[in-house]
Amino acid sequence: MDKLLVANRGEIAVRVIRTARELGIGTVVVASEADVESYAARLADECVVIGPAPASQSYLDQSAVLAAATGAGCDAVHPGYGFLSENASFARRVREAGLTWVGPSPEAIELMGDKSRARQAAEAAGVPTLRGSAGVVRHGDALVAEAAAIGYPLVVKAAAGGGGRGIRRVDSAQELIPAVGIAQAEAHAAFGSDDVYLERFVRRARHVEVQVLGDGVNAIHLGDRDCSMQRRQQKVVEEAPAPGLPPRVRERILRASVELVRQCRYEGLGTVEFLYDPDAEEAAFIEMNTRLQVEHPVTEMITGLDLVREQLLVAAGGSLRLRQEDVEFRGHAFEFRINAEDPGNGFLPSPGILSRVEWPGGPGVRVDSGVTTGSAVVPFYDSLLAKLIVWDSTRDAAIERSVRALREVDIVGVKTTLPLLAALIETAELRDGQHHSAFIETTPQLLGAST
Amino acid sequence: MTDIISPLPGIFYRSPGPGKEPYAIEGGAVSPGQVIGVVEIMKQFSEIRCEVAGILERFHVADTGTINPGEVIATVREE
Repeated sequence: MDKLLVANRGEIAVRVIRTARELGIGTVVVASEADVESYAARLADECVVIGPAPASQSYLDQSAVLAAATGAGCDAVHPGYGFLSENASFARRVREAGLTWVGPSPEAIELMGDKSRARQAAEAAGVPTLRGSAGVVRHGDALVAEAAAIGYPLVVKAAAGGGGRGIRRVDSAQELIPAVGIAQAEAHAAFGSDDVYLERFVRRARHVEVQVLGDGVNAIHLGDRDCSMQRRQQKVVEEAPAPGLPPRVRERILRASVELVRQCRYEGLGTVEFLYDPDAEEAAFIEMNTRLQVEHPVTEMITGLDLVREQLLVAAGGSLRLRQEDVEFRGHAFEFRINAEDPGNGFLPSPGILSRVEWPGGPGVRVDSGVTTGSAVVPFYDSLLAKLIVWDSTRDAAIERSVRALREVDIVGVKTTLPLLAALIETAELRDGQHHSAFIETTPQLLGAST
Repeated sequence: MTDIISPLPGIFYRSPGPGKEPYAIEGGAVSPGQVIGVVEIMKQFSEIRCEVAGILERFHVADTGTINPGEVIATVREE
């Protein structure tokens, strides 16, 4: 691998460029017309403008991205997260053009992209799953019987959904038939497929996930993370390791995730996501993400590894250089997502020009940012500006360090989610590890106290 | 004539998705509270509503066109 096309923008483009540079790999970043002056564009060796500002005409335009790669003489493509990162047809086109795709095979992306098939693959590998339907459900007698066997409340999920989208809760048998009909129509409209399946509903769940790495033959895990602090299914604060998991549960999800990766002959980085029910002390498979995750830095902080480096080396050389016993875990890390949104006004996105950006420093503090002073925050893309990552030797110490580091951040020009983050880190629920995925939305006084 | 102004910057869509029926058409009747399009900003969608009854005379921004706050999205001839 000599020259890498970074097919993304913002903080993750910056992240990938940094590691590629350390490995002596040349970097070419794609940019929409709105991102020509971005930090990532300035940092890369080269920048290729691929289209107008709307993502559909630039970052999601497969032909434009591919043309940028071949035109600039790249021999590999890193998709980052979002955009084309989990698009099997794009991965296939990259490979057919003779380039290295930094990610799993198109077949693995397709398997895990179909949530119903992914669930079956997980079951086959011995990964615990929630009680649910055996594959996709259709209208008919079997549907009612399957739902009764699962029990109410349950959820109807779109097979092509994921990331919290395409889910509908059903509380009783009377609601089942219309709910499945609506879910099928919504799934068809949103994802182009009306395949839906059923799964037990978990009332108070935590979101726990396992970072995995494979080379098609060997597979290892890089520990677990907790991403329960969410708002509208979007992660807000993440940490590693997941706090308060019984050792039996932790060992089971780590071992099962590695087995899933091995059975799927998975190549590259991936994340196996679980719902954890703290009342029942049970974890169950939700889905597998076939890309680098936004929250990968918390794993880097507790392992001392560079995940993008391992990802690039597997893609370039084909085999894992780490064995499971080479991976050691030390301390505790948090990640805080700093978004250009106004927590005082319903989290309305807040574009603008950043007239001042000052980041914290000191021991155990890392900032992965896509912006600098003077950057324009444009309205066309995700609102993530930067991630503040904090490590310390214990969870309690990492919390105190986080309070200190969050206070040092100074951003002028747009509204940000910093007041929410500062409020969250002070809550008893986070400090005691008792928060769950509905915590932010069911705690309105959080924002009252912080704005 | 009444102007419908965009309160936010972003991308204007005339229909709920590609290949879908538009929320409103030029020359068509509109009523108070009716959605005439959506503006996407940072992956969040805000509905744009008409406040008066009348005929939607003209759109001033193309489907999937970019818009800035304060710009006119459409004009309505009140009836």
